[in-house]
Amino acid sequence: MKHVEPLEIRLLRPLLSVYSLALLMFLIIPILVIIPLSFNAGSFLSYPLSGFSLRWYHEFFNSNDWMPALLNSLKIAPAATLLATVLGTLASVGLSRGEFRGKALIMAVMISPMVAPVVIVAVGMYFFFASWGLLNSYLGLVIAHAVLGVPFVVITVNATLQGYDRNYTRAAASLGATPWYGFKRVTLPLIAPGVLSGALFAFATSFDEVVVTLFLASPTQRTLPMQMFAGIKENLNPTIAAAATMMVLCALLLLLAMEVLRRRTERLRGAKTE
Amino acid sequence: MLKRLSALIVLAAFGGHVNAQPLTVVSFGGLNKDAQEKAFYKPFTAAGNGPVQAGEYNGEMAKIRAMVETGNVSWDVVEVESPDLIRGCAEGMFEPLDWSKLGDAGKFVSGAVNECGAGIFLWSTNLTYNNAKLKSAPKGWEAFWDTKTFPGKRGLRKSAKFTLEIALLADGVKPAELYQVLGTPEGVDRAFKKLDQIKPDIQWWEAGAQPLQWLVAGDVVMTSAYNGRVSAAQAEGHDFKMVWNHSLYDIDSWAIVKGSPNKALGEKFIAFANEPQHQKVFAENIPYGPTNKDTLALIDVKTREQLPTAPANLENALQVNTSFWIDHGEELEQRFNAWAAR
Amino acid sequence: MPEALAFESAPSVVQTQRLQQRLHANKRAYTRRSLLLILPLLVLLVAGFMTPIGSLLTKSVENPEVANALPNTLKLLNSWDGTTLPAESVFNTLGQELRTARAQGQLFALNRRLGYESASLRSLPTAILSRLPADGSPVRDTLINDVPALGDIKTWATLKQLGKPYTSLYWLAAFDLKMDAGQVRAVAPDKALYVDVLKRSLTIAALVTVLCVLLGYPLAYWLSRQPARRANLLLILVLLPFWTSLIVRTASWIVLLQSGGLINNSLIDLGILDKPLQLVFNRAGVLISMTHILLPFLILPLYAVMKGIDSRYERAAISLGAHPYTAFRRVYLPQTYAGVTAGALLVFIMAIGYYITPALLGGPGDQMLSYFVAYYTNTTINWGMATALGGQLLIIVLLLYWVYARISRPANRAA
Repeated sequence: MKHVEPLEIRLLRPLLSVYSLALLMFLIIPILVIIPLSFNAGSFLSYPLSGFSLRWYHEFFNSNDWMPALLNSLKIAPAATLLATVLGTLASVGLSRGEFRGKALIMAVMISPMVAPVVIVAVGMYFFFASWGLLNSYLGLVIAHAVLGVPFVVITVNATLQGYDRNYTRAAASLGATPWYGFKRVTLPLIAPGVLSGALFAFATSFDEVVVTLFLASPTQRTLPMQMFAGIKENLNPTIAAAATMMVLCALLLLLAMEVLRRRTERLRGAKTE
Repeated sequence: MLKRLSALIVLAAFGGHVNAQPLTVVSFGGLNKDAQEKAFYKPFTAAGNGPVQAGEYNGEMAKIRAMVETGNVSWDVVEVESPDLIRGCAEGMFEPLDWSKLGDAGKFVSGAVNECGAGIFLWSTNLTYNNAKLKSAPKGWEAFWDTKTFPGKRGLRKSAKFTLEIALLADGVKPAELYQVLGTPEGVDRAFKKLDQIKPDIQWWEAGAQPLQWLVAGDVVMTSAYNGRVSAAQAEGHDFKMVWNHSLYDIDSWAIVKGSPNKALGEKFIAFANEPQHQKVFAENIPYGPTNKDTLALIDVKTREQLPTAPANLENALQVNTSFWIDHGEELEQRFNAWAAR
Repeated sequence: MPEALAFESAPSVVQTQRLQQRLHANKRAYTRRSLLLILPLLVLLVAGFMTPIGSLLTKSVENPEVANALPNTLKLLNSWDGTTLPAESVFNTLGQELRTARAQGQLFALNRRLGYESASLRSLPTAILSRLPADGSPVRDTLINDVPALGDIKTWATLKQLGKPYTSLYWLAAFDLKMDAGQVRAVAPDKALYVDVLKRSLTIAALVTVLCVLLGYPLAYWLSRQPARRANLLLILVLLPFWTSLIVRTASWIVLLQSGGLINNSLIDLGILDKPLQLVFNRAGVLISMTHILLPFLILPLYAVMKGIDSRYERAAISLGAHPYTAFRRVYLPQTYAGVTAGALLVFIMAIGYYITPALLGGPGDQMLSYFVAYYTNTTINWGMATALGGQLLIIVLLLYWVYARISRPANRAA
């Protein structure tokens, strides 16, 4: 570029990098802090460690509480995510198709599960679900978690759709694509990042939900966060740290795998065009 | 049509645990539940009564109430604190128990035999301190207010219950007159005035694990804590000491949720848990006081001395007055909340 | 498609009308299809969310306790003149209904409801029951004599008032107000709490939002300017905390911040401090941990928006002679407004409903509305109070959303 940058901008740039790295540290350090504690030989969740031990991992895998809780979470969260993402994406696309009466109201309804105090949601659902026989069932939890995840999908997909040029859809239609084909081949790939991040939000919401679950689930459906909550309230020992360490590792592996996958498709796509 | 069919299939796949329910027992979690697992659940199953589905909660009556009101009862036996038991019984949230099936009512400590409940154990709230950090040993709640001799934060349970009693005890009110004093507006004012003196030094806890966590981490120098948890920390090698003088005690009970489909099995479970040989195992795992008086004789002397029911420990202890807290609880808790938040 | 319609050089009036009709029909069909896409989600939300909440909110004005326990007494009181003490039949019915209420387990709820009105009323049913003469004998004189409150006309007026199906008690109490002899008054200062709690909730949520925007914006900007590969790896550092359980993050902040925690110990070891700082169980702890927990909710959507901004506009502005700062402010910044407001709204709304983190990391002066909703729901089972406080929260959030819609709509139109 011919343009010469003013001095303060050249100074600002490294400053911004230092700041950003520091903030990333702030974000990640609390996660790292918990890992060594999972190897603590003592039974309290604080430093300094009283020795190295794997007893809390042993505890995690051999207790009657933690393993079923993990399995339950792995049953409920994907189902809730799927439900929230499919319905949420469809609805967002529907909403983006121009102005009509009641649009703002519908949007408000879709965001509302996020804005309602979760305790109220929990009690309200409890009574209502009880009358439908959905209490203490996996289906009830899936519906509840999906409802809580929907706003995240709607918000992220909506944000992406705002940057989406509707002329693409029109172009596809004018070229003879059916609405579904046009959506699948044109719209969806373009809004995919929004859909995916919405789905991730929804998954995290379900995987991390405590309050509503406490009301709706019986001990049979105890989820991982429910177990963690019980742990932190009643028995703050390093099993939580062990569970957290494994969860962080899983998340890390998943995120890295996604990144590798993304790079591969990018390479393949790059090779094709060459 | 197809959709409805698939919905039915999904329903059947997810909700198909209606029949052949095991007994669901819900108690306070943590060490308490672990001890119950060893003392009651496993032996009960081993005795041929089917599996016990164990859950935990924090004494939230809301869930039980919602279950009873909607007729969708999935908990059978629950562990409840005394005021909740009496209140829930009066409100029809618990099944009345047939004591002829539960054992000899005459063998239980006072307060353990109720219309809807059977006492599991007697627990105590004690002044607890980190012996390694204090130069001299505190003798009672007065020491809590002595911030010169014992500088540092103090832990108290965040509720009017216990806190107001402790304030009055520290202010020199005799245990026998305590609830009489607390029943008057002047008495309540006196308690709050006493608390004002050390308000900035108090760190409030809500769950039983917190005060010990704080003692370990050095956040507080002394705290109120449940005796069973202190004993567990002592067994881990922490040099914590308990003061039994003016400790406060209460009883936790078993109750059967109204409308439970497993009432007969629930009563069988309670009768099982009432037997001294099972209460003995519980007390050995977590030193709370057994409610069946026959149990003490089975326990070795060393463990017995740690129990709140040991005569030396009970001598200067105060039983929390359940009916007082049922009558005045809501009003005092409201004032306490407003006071604490200021 | 409307755009595909061909234009004729001079359309007649009839033709124009037909064209307009077709256009309308076309538009209606289009809108119908849009609505059809929205419908499944709407059904899920109405059935799984709106109805449960709605039926619960009615609980905040319901007043069933007295009406359930004493229906016949209330019926008789309806025709009572209100100036003299009621007749024997009213006393008699009251006594009988209290006996039935005791047998059916309704007495406790009745006592509680009376206690909300005044502490002395709470023990009234119990006092009446203990003085009630045996069936058949006249009760009026005995009761007036033994239970002085029943000799007071005001007691009967209150009882009649409490029999109404709806009450404003809980909503008034949520604003530290009460009904006193037909007038709305402030409650005693030593019991006032909820206005403070409301202000505090708004303050904490606003502070956390501002912190998140100020801290998160530069980071999101920096991330969006990194080469894609590096940005994606760095983004993992944002996503990882986001994926870690809220409970775990709260626990680890306790480990970091407590007096004997990592931060204090390191600062003391380095000689910077000689006494530990109080960082937890106060406002500081709540703000630090909530900011940490909610930051990803701002960074991620903002990053997505910034990633989509074409940097050529900004470069064009600079090449046209604009100072980079001006180009940033006038060209770049406006393009991120939508992302910032959406992210900030998300953070604010989540923050104001927070419960677990302030409960574990705050002192009693840092508890927010949700804490008291949970407290009344679970601990005291005062569902009227819980739902009124919850309704308060809901209204704030709806208002906020309405303001947001107002602010963001013109911007959308312009875009």
